[in-house]
Amino acid sequence: MTAPDRDGGVGDGRDRTADGRVDVCVVGAGPAGALVARALAGAGYDVVVLEAGPRFDPTDRVERMERSIRPYYGPPDVWEMGGPRDAFSATGELHYPLNAARVKGVGGSSLHWQGMVMRLHESDFERRTRSGYGADWPFDYETLRPYYARAERRLGVSGASDNPFAPPREEPHPLPAFPPSYSDSLFAPACERLGVTTHSVPNARNSEAFDGRAACVGYGTCKPVCPSGAKWSADHEIRAAETEGARVVDRAPVQRLLTGERPDRVTAAVYATPDGVEHRQAARQFVLAAGGVETPRLLLLSRSPDHPDGLANASGLVGRYFTEHLFAGAGGRLDEPTRQNHVGFNTTESHQFYDDPGAGTERGIPASDADLAPIKLEFLNYAGPSPVEMALSGEDWGDALLSRLRAGYGTHVAMGALVEATPRRENRVALDPSRTDDHGNPVPDVRWSLDARTRRTLARANEIQHAILAELGADVEWTVGPRDTGPAYHHMGTTRMGSDPAESVVDAGLRTHDVGNLSVASSSVFPTGGAMNPTLTIAALALKCADHVAESL
Amino acid sequence: MELTRRDALAALASAGVVGGGSAAVLARERRDGTDRPTGDRDRDRNRETPDGTLPDALVATAEVVYPSEVSGVSGFVRAYSLGRFEARPDYREGVRDAVDELEEHARAWYGEGYTALDRGSREELLRSMGVHSAEEDPVGTAAERVRFYVVNELLFALYTSPAGGRLVGIENPQGHPGGTGSYRRGPR
Repeated sequence: MTAPDRDGGVGDGRDRTADGRVDVCVVGAGPAGALVARALAGAGYDVVVLEAGPRFDPTDRVERMERSIRPYYGPPDVWEMGGPRDAFSATGELHYPLNAARVKGVGGSSLHWQGMVMRLHESDFERRTRSGYGADWPFDYETLRPYYARAERRLGVSGASDNPFAPPREEPHPLPAFPPSYSDSLFAPACERLGVTTHSVPNARNSEAFDGRAACVGYGTCKPVCPSGAKWSADHEIRAAETEGARVVDRAPVQRLLTGERPDRVTAAVYATPDGVEHRQAARQFVLAAGGVETPRLLLLSRSPDHPDGLANASGLVGRYFTEHLFAGAGGRLDEPTRQNHVGFNTTESHQFYDDPGAGTERGIPASDADLAPIKLEFLNYAGPSPVEMALSGEDWGDALLSRLRAGYGTHVAMGALVEATPRRENRVALDPSRTDDHGNPVPDVRWSLDARTRRTLARANEIQHAILAELGADVEWTVGPRDTGPAYHHMGTTRMGSDPAESVVDAGLRTHDVGNLSVASSSVFPTGGAMNPTLTIAALALKCADHVAESL
Repeated sequence: MELTRRDALAALASAGVVGGGSAAVLARERRDGTDRPTGDRDRDRNRETPDGTLPDALVATAEVVYPSEVSGVSGFVRAYSLGRFEARPDYREGVRDAVDELEEHARAWYGEGYTALDRGSREELLRSMGVHSAEEDPVGTAAERVRFYVVNELLFALYTSPAGGRLVGIENPQGHPGGTGSYRRGPR
């Protein structure tokens, strides 16, 4: 190949051809892949990362922020999702907006994430044993605890040890927590009167300069884009991995994994560059870190005579148990200023209804003896409309517009919640043979539905939210609950982890039961999802996975 | 409320102009002196604008779409557009195309150029074109392009700036890097 040909038709001169056989090939440059790559490259191994999406220019961030505010652009436009590359189907009971729920590129979905980083509770690892549904994890909280601490240091978590409901921890967070908002100070006495305990929120966002990134400057657009880089995203981690010697190939979607004479060993990842040329990257170990949709899809696309149902799929569970977190929320207005929308992150939550969602309080939250799942309560700092977004989409201007902005902004309050969804076998990521992507591969079909427990828990979350808002004196104007809930864009469960090869895809070491040199670092391994935002757990699992891969090299 | 060029620089920070574009504005600021209100230097600056007609048309539109209680509109809009154009030439072309539409409609309906119309006629023209009810679209109809490149561009500049935010009661509006102090403060 001549030099221009080596860039895969991109035109940037970057070599996108395969290396010789390396120690580790990582598929995906999101949080999990970046952390695995950095850890293994730092330990001296030859690492190649293959990323389907592009390497975004960090100097474009403010322009992307503008897209997130201006009405012409929808959520997928901010990070250029959509089109033939990202075609998908959603034929389940509920529509799934997949391309609003992920980003392809160096940094992955952490480019558009909110940045909330909580540890799962001890109970989350024992859902089947304690509550009789879902599946237990193959290890307990204590096993993951040191990895959580390492993950918090990697991500530079700003947090405080004031959460009485959190699992035990060994040391303070690396950075101090962001102080509570003015809006939080309005909620606090109402919660106290009701007997609801509130506490700070751990954020993967610099409250002080950390790891070469500046402190947050308050753009207020964290989700979907942090222009300043104060929010941790995996592109920072990828740059560190490259400094450690990892090679990252962007615009290189992996088409399939090949096994050789031994069907229990992957020999190469076949990836395509934009010019349509296929390349084979050989490696001793392979780590799939392509998220909860593309990871099972790639395994299913890697079917062969030796693996007729897809790679690592002897259990038939690849793609099964697709699980999300559900949003419940309520909001309204007070008769006083609430100072919302200065920042795009939250500073107060309550995990009081996590381990015991039916517990009442003596002073106003009714008890429930229903079969419920964990609830995480959030007090929003971005309730109600943002003035600039209102300004850009009205039919008025001048003084009439200003009057509308003044009437529409300033007194809103809102609460959110994440609710655990029961893992369901019928919820799955399958291949849709009737549609293909830009490389001719069947697209993912996300089939998704909710069970009665999940809907009951959403209603319970609304009950608690309404009680708090009533105590605050708010006029409730909107509620999102069991009838109109939406997903939190957390893709879990599709290569579930367990000790029984008949009931799971990967083992406690994140290695697939069927293929000895193939591991998965992703929320796709969560057997049960809990109701905490998953990325800190993804990061902890990625570091654990890296340790196991290193042991076998 | 008097808009200053410092407000324009703050608006440019929200619009992704932190390099050459704002440097151009700052260079002019050094020539012009302090951060005093800008409205009184508009005539001089006209000669220095990157294009003679675009900033005039933007100012003429801002006089319609900005609330009457702000002053210094001309200096704010000129400084903002200078920085914006220098940083993003493609954007400037979009504005030029949209302003061409305004000029064509003005000449067809009123027999004179857009900036020569009085404020009431400019507003009437925008409404007649349907700009007030159009959704912004950089490749859409004339009204949609004017909404995207002219009206919403101006509203974005104003309401992502602390000056515009303060009109509504938020000194660190979405899109402005105003720090992490204001979210903790109560109303004043």
